[in-house]
Amino acid sequence: MDINIEPVYPEIDAHEAGVIDELKNASAHPIPEPAEWLDEEIKRNVLVTTVDNLLNWGRRNSLWTETSFTACCTFEFISTSSSRFDIARFGMEVLRSSPRHADLMITAGTLTWKMAPQIKRVYDQMAEPKWVIAMGSCGISGGIFADSYSVVPGYNRILPIDVYIPGCPPRPEALLAGIEKLKQKIAKKTLLKK
Amino acid sequence: MTKLLSHENIINCMKERIPSAGYSFENDILIIEPDKLLSLCKLLKTAPGIELDYLSCVTAVDYPEYFELVYLFYSTEHNHKLTLKVRCPDKTRPSAPSLTPLYKGADFQEREIWDLFGIRFENHPKLKRIFLWESFPGHPLRKDFVNGR
Repeated sequence: MDINIEPVYPEIDAHEAGVIDELKNASAHPIPEPAEWLDEEIKRNVLVTTVDNLLNWGRRNSLWTETSFTACCTFEFISTSSSRFDIARFGMEVLRSSPRHADLMITAGTLTWKMAPQIKRVYDQMAEPKWVIAMGSCGISGGIFADSYSVVPGYNRILPIDVYIPGCPPRPEALLAGIEKLKQKIAKKTLLKK
Repeated sequence: MTKLLSHENIINCMKERIPSAGYSFENDILIIEPDKLLSLCKLLKTAPGIELDYLSCVTAVDYPEYFELVYLFYSTEHNHKLTLKVRCPDKTRPSAPSLTPLYKGADFQEREIWDLFGIRFENHPKLKRIFLWESFPGHPLRKDFVNGR
């Protein structure tokens, strides 16, 4: 017997499949870590040190986090942001629901290919300058699901990652240490590059 | 505690209403032919003394010879339960009647089985993939699925 299956919204399904396939094909290799902060050549010759210091001081002490948490590392982030570990000490207690208000994305959790276009879109909507922290094994490499048919093997396939925090899940102390590393990185950024 | 539905109850019920049904019992589990599934479930849902009005779970198993669908029924009226299995011997194009017209809760679970096992449910109102995207190659919980990532 043959059953005729008519999709209810065929054009939406086809569009979604096309977006995912396109992203998947374009993401065969990891995106290298942004490294412009390592380049000291221009910095030695053009002096914008005071402006840089001021800007970077402001940026690194009020990192606002985008709430795009996909899986279980979220709970470590929740305990980090609540009173015991108190992320407010670092000026980060404001969690933004809109990506346009945020400058830091913490990728807490496993990402599937079906979710990947949405995460990429949220990242694209964030205003420059923006940073990404890959939190946990799944965020770094896909973790135990790296060989799965539906899981993105690491957020660095679709986003440039600034800091990697290992752990499954990382302790809140590890997350805070990772944020400190990101702050050290921001302090080295210069106006002359992007 | 929830009791198992007694065999006599089911056997008597089927003798009266659908005498031609091919069925057997294996360790308290009722096994039935695919083409008799819908009429049997209609009967079990309404027959007095049985009234299995709650379909708790639908799942599937991939065996070398056939696909097996597993249905777990409960009765909120009489506090008893029944496990029902249906075997689809056609490994290349397995299909079974949909229970969604009878039990609304079967809708998403049948879509999940279609997505991951590729078993078609006849007369399902909206049978399409639920977890994976439309262009995904194959059905990943089948034993012969090869991950082509």
